[in-house]
Amino acid sequence: MPDHYKIAVVGSGPAGLSAAAHAAKLGVSHVLLEKTDHASDTIYKYQKGKLVMATPDVLPLRSDFTFERGNREGILDAWNQGLDALKVNIRYNAEVTAIKGQKGAFEITLRDKSVVTAEAVVLGIGLQGNLNKLPMPGAEQPHVQYQLDDPDEYEGEHIIVVGAGDAAIENAVALSKQNTVAIINRSAEFARAKQGNIDLILAAIEKKQVECYYSAAPLKVNAKTMVLKTADGEAEVPADRIIARLGATAPRKFVESTGIAFPSPDPKSLPEVSATYESNVPGMYIVGALAGCPLIKQAMNQGWEVIEYIEGRRPDPADEPLLRERFKGLGDVSVSDVLATIRANVPIFAELNALMLRELMIDSTIHRLNPGDIVFKKNDYTNTFFTIVEGEVGIQINPADPNQLVALKQGEFFGEMGLISGRRRTATVVAKSACILIETQRRSMIKLIKSDASVKRVMDQTAIIRQIQTHLAPHVPKEQLVDVVSTATIESFSAGDTLFNQGEKGDSVHLIRNGSVTISRRIGGRDTVLSYVPSGNYVGEMALLSDLPRSATVKAAVETETIKIDGAAFKLLLQRAPTLKTEIEETFRERVKQNEMMEGRPDAGGIIQFLVEQGIGEGTDVLLIDESLCVRCDNCEKACAETHHGISRLDREAGPTFDSIHVPTSCRHCEHPHCMADCPPDAIHRAPNGEVFIEDSCIGCGNCTRNCPYGVIQLAVQPEPKPGLFQWLFFGMGFGPGEDMSQRHVPHPGKAKHAVKCDMCKDIEGGASCVRACPTGAAIRVSPAEFMSLATLAR
Amino acid sequence: MLVYRNFRYFKWAALLVLASVIAYWLHQPFAGVPNGGTWLGYVLGTIGAGIIFWLTYLGIRKRRYGIHREGAGKDKRKDGIKLEDWVSAHIYFGLSLIIVATLHTGFQFGWNLHTLAYALMIIVIVSGIFGVYAYIRYPQLMTENRRGLTLNNMLAQVADLDKEMRGITMSMGENINAAVLRAAQETRVGGSFGRMLAGQDASCPTTAARVLVEQVAHQPHDDEAALRRLLSLLVRKEELLRRARRDVQFSALMQIWLFVHVPLSFGLLAALTAHIVSVFFYW
Repeated sequence: MPDHYKIAVVGSGPAGLSAAAHAAKLGVSHVLLEKTDHASDTIYKYQKGKLVMATPDVLPLRSDFTFERGNREGILDAWNQGLDALKVNIRYNAEVTAIKGQKGAFEITLRDKSVVTAEAVVLGIGLQGNLNKLPMPGAEQPHVQYQLDDPDEYEGEHIIVVGAGDAAIENAVALSKQNTVAIINRSAEFARAKQGNIDLILAAIEKKQVECYYSAAPLKVNAKTMVLKTADGEAEVPADRIIARLGATAPRKFVESTGIAFPSPDPKSLPEVSATYESNVPGMYIVGALAGCPLIKQAMNQGWEVIEYIEGRRPDPADEPLLRERFKGLGDVSVSDVLATIRANVPIFAELNALMLRELMIDSTIHRLNPGDIVFKKNDYTNTFFTIVEGEVGIQINPADPNQLVALKQGEFFGEMGLISGRRRTATVVAKSACILIETQRRSMIKLIKSDASVKRVMDQTAIIRQIQTHLAPHVPKEQLVDVVSTATIESFSAGDTLFNQGEKGDSVHLIRNGSVTISRRIGGRDTVLSYVPSGNYVGEMALLSDLPRSATVKAAVETETIKIDGAAFKLLLQRAPTLKTEIEETFRERVKQNEMMEGRPDAGGIIQFLVEQGIGEGTDVLLIDESLCVRCDNCEKACAETHHGISRLDREAGPTFDSIHVPTSCRHCEHPHCMADCPPDAIHRAPNGEVFIEDSCIGCGNCTRNCPYGVIQLAVQPEPKPGLFQWLFFGMGFGPGEDMSQRHVPHPGKAKHAVKCDMCKDIEGGASCVRACPTGAAIRVSPAEFMSLATLAR
Repeated sequence: MLVYRNFRYFKWAALLVLASVIAYWLHQPFAGVPNGGTWLGYVLGTIGAGIIFWLTYLGIRKRRYGIHREGAGKDKRKDGIKLEDWVSAHIYFGLSLIIVATLHTGFQFGWNLHTLAYALMIIVIVSGIFGVYAYIRYPQLMTENRRGLTLNNMLAQVADLDKEMRGITMSMGENINAAVLRAAQETRVGGSFGRMLAGQDASCPTTAARVLVEQVAHQPHDDEAALRRLLSLLVRKEELLRRARRDVQFSALMQIWLFVHVPLSFGLLAALTAHIVSVFFYW
């Protein structure tokens, strides 16, 4: 007779532990099945003393176990004590090999062939338990490992690292300091890893610090060697230790064998679950990383909640108090009422499921405004997105006359242009009547646009009309734009892609809605850049107006999106709107003139070309150094360090130079910052003046460092504050002014690292220190669009 | 630096000089020669001393890097006083001292403390003039000489070349082997002041090795290809060394004057203080 329980929890990670603990607390019959001989294997295998973060900070923890930011040992101790205190029925060494049956009667077979039956199953097996292994003889030996706790632990060994991903590269490079390291790459190059890591490993290979076997595959593991299959036949390489970093995936075969379906064949896809975490198999629940929730705290909350759900209760979600707090300004109304009103009044949020809407609202602010209140001002650098729940707002379309307003009504949205282009606000928006607005964070909106096609479609359509109105035809009534808008499409280009070529027939106009382009012409067999056109401008009108072939080639300088307007519709519009025609012809003449001038100044074109190649086109505020003035005193770096806790965020000498323009390694504050893309605590933001900065909530994960293509973010420990000038001068205390306090000079064992980057001195009086501290005026901060305009370069 | 803010500080300093000259010209001392003892002398002296103290304050101002306050940098349009303002004014007011202080002396010089202070001041100013010259001339030359490489890049390339050459010379005659080894081990970039400022090395072991290899190449020998390769590597190394030494030379030239300018400024401060005290003491 097998053991029977009401609930069987599989996997004792944060989610599974929390679920079993709650069952124990409630006195529900349960069993927690753990494959290994200790709980929470993933965290158990973390590097010793690793600091574990408890993000998101605002989310309250709902679990019968404690969990807060701390080191690995403290957390594991607390959980083990919890297991004892609550008398959780945990079975170690109980690997589940099969789950059969249906709701009310599941049959769970373990590795030792014993069987456990349960009414409901909670799967909390995560992904890390399924590290991809080396599939060959000898791979089970103890010197083959799939994780690396501490690279400094090994010394003087021959180590082989298998894999070509980020983890493999990082391990190989770190180990090479004290060991002889070889890395095995299946393919002929490193392509999967992030650029920074690729550079790292190629440099290490170049310097012979790491030996690389390309196009090689492991065949066999011996006690002291590894046999490889290479292009030149088999090779035996010495190996005291083998570290295979082959990634982790959902244990798909096992999960599918239980009847749970995956939405797509993509190995990275995860099974879908309902609002109560139930999978497509009734009675089978999934929590934690396998349910798409990799954060420890959220996983623990899910564990607690899933037991409540199984017990037939529907507790308020853990975020209920947060939402209540968010909605406090609206008076005494319940959270569900507010959500229902939003759903009813705002069409673009109507289709979202309950979880998504809640998540969105936690990241949003509700504003209650009086008539005349300003929502945001023209040229602000905010990039939040607004929706109108109640009332009306007005967009000021004429800066000279603030009373000229275009009204937006209940249910409409605005602010999407800043979101799309990454540039400053194009107009001031004021409240026309008393109104309630939702302000949503950029990151949540981007996530939403990516995950929900309907939101993206609605936003794109509205944005096309508004962008055409703003940048192309400000004085043309909406009705006249119908033809143009209905034929317009959104086109995307990668950096270097061609929008159209010189000599082609012109059949369309491109309005650049994000990114930027360069215009070039073939002169004497060489492409010569004539100008740089940032977003908010159009290109391609010249061929249409003159009915001649394209006079120049237009290429995307960075990732670019354009609104492509059909040529015939555009011509029709010009016929109908004579003022627009004059305006566009004016621009046309201006451009012809400009192109002719630039042809005579290939140096200026060369500078544009150079800056575009350096990726300056996607920056908003760039530090450049005029090397004909720079006396190499490094006062810019010193000033940066002095005003930023002793660590300079710029490297003056590094970086390329063209003519006498030097691009130091320093943040450009990109329009669409790469660093923001994948920040777990959402610590990277853009301030209203455009500064991209990192908040103190940084957890030091290093994602931004790897995502930044320009290498301007570093991980550093904050050094001790410096003494005053006279204390240093007369008493020799600490570091003097301008002295380098970065890592290599001051070791900080055991202190947590944080990402640091340029914040354009947003908290320093008088603006950027680097520029203010330059004695000769060589260091300048410029907006690329302005700097690359003819007016500046012709000087 | 010099044309900064449309010569604003030049104009101010010029105005001061002009005013001093006119005042000196109009001023008829009550008795004897016009010197520091007259009311004009005191005025010019006070102005001059004030300027000197203010000029030396640049050393502290340069290290004052900004005040940290939440949201303080928000208003970008509010253009604060930059270090460039200070440097520009430092140059022009420093130059104006030549006139102001000379007028203050009333052209009376002698072997005394007062003239010592004056002499120190002139040396400091002259070294500063060289500094201005260096700061205008060398940055451009340095950039052109570097051609996109940093000094460390150049030295790293030199190290790589050395390694490659050692590999080639293993199989060559003892004399070549020794010369190349010496070139790798004893080639120096920079070093003492003299070496840095020279910007070249007449007895560079790399040049010696290159000359030797060229001589050997003229005589019949076994391994034509390896020798030619070695020669081209040596030439490349020589070229890199030439540029690296030039780079060091430029850096040195841009800094050397400070070793006169700064210590003598302190000397000047001491002498000036003594001058003022003694003048009041013997009043």
